[in-house]
Amino acid sequence: MIMLDVKNVSKKFEHFQLDNVSFQVPQGYIMGFIGINGAGKTTTIKSILNLITVDSGEIQIMGKNVAIHEAELKQSIGYAFGNVDFYTRSRIRTLTKVVKTFYDNWDDEAYRRYVRKFKLIEDKRIAELSTGMKVKYSLAIALSHGAKLLILDEPTSGLDPAARDDLLDIFRELVQDGEISILFSTHITSDLEKCADYITYIHEGRIVGSAEKDEFIDTYRLVNGKVEELEGIKERLISHRVNSFGFTGLIRADELPPSAAVNVAIPNLEEIMVYYSKKEAAHV
Amino acid sequence: MNILISNTSEKPIYQQIFEQISAQILKGELQGGYSLPPIRQAAVELQVSIITVKKAWEELERSGLIYTVTGKGCFITELSAEEMIQKRHETVLKQMESDIAYYRSFGLRLEEVIELLRTVYE
Repeated sequence: MIMLDVKNVSKKFEHFQLDNVSFQVPQGYIMGFIGINGAGKTTTIKSILNLITVDSGEIQIMGKNVAIHEAELKQSIGYAFGNVDFYTRSRIRTLTKVVKTFYDNWDDEAYRRYVRKFKLIEDKRIAELSTGMKVKYSLAIALSHGAKLLILDEPTSGLDPAARDDLLDIFRELVQDGEISILFSTHITSDLEKCADYITYIHEGRIVGSAEKDEFIDTYRLVNGKVEELEGIKERLISHRVNSFGFTGLIRADELPPSAAVNVAIPNLEEIMVYYSKKEAAHV
Repeated sequence: MNILISNTSEKPIYQQIFEQISAQILKGELQGGYSLPPIRQAAVELQVSIITVKKAWEELERSGLIYTVTGKGCFITELSAEEMIQKRHETVLKQMESDIAYYRSFGLRLEEVIELLRTVYE
């Protein structure tokens, strides 16, 4: 089943636009949503949450249009981000008492379980929580109202490697039963190499690719060769750099000339993102 | 079953899992009939994505090293001694093919390669 279906969404702002954004998140899997800062990740997430009205296109969650069934669907969505910046002087205990009244299916027992599992101290004020604890608190809230779609906006930003690893373990456990889907936006691509099943890559408001992770990576190749070889292949490269070891560039695998005298390697997500961001605006 | 995953290796993670399990099967460390953990559980335990495990299991099945019983899970195939040797040869040959491309790139002749191999082996 398709949990989240973003269909041809466009939204124009003065200096930026989402241009025909489409991708799908199947139930029970983790989708990594990547792109550099300002690429449109948060704007897309805001559209999904119906916080901004799109100019055209449609977003469906569990087959229902978000713009029409917003209140009903939000019972099934959990949203977590690195910074819980509201009511920072309230204690966890107090904030939860308020938040739980928003949800029809609030499960106190589940909440207790996650508070224990995540080692949340309910007497602490929001302002006193570490970044990792804030994410875990958001997750505890989301999971206690039976959310089926978790939208996590940069949940691991600002965390140390141990805290990130800890959160990734939790994400993998959450999708284990095949019920919950996670849309995980980040620019820390190494987190996704080990946990995402699918990747959607957004660049300058457009979706560059959306596919199973290995398949997405396999669409690209890193090529390295002598500077003399560059002219012959330059037009096909997404971008490249030249140094005393020759040139290195990113190319779509299907654009790679079979006879080219270059070394070829499989890039990682970060390299794909870096080379794409160097691509001149004129070529986009 | 032991699996060590390297995130800095050139090899895709599913390939690493596939190679390590198949090696353990072919060395007889994992016996026929042994049941592999369910895909989603293995993903949590190995700290990798679900599809990565799925791909490794599919690759094992394609190689005839495991089989699936619907509703029960995946099991290691019972192989006769000859089948075992045959599959081991297939695996080693695959590795040799890529090694030989490397030797060729230096312009080594077969006799030279054999001579070098002998030195290293002994």
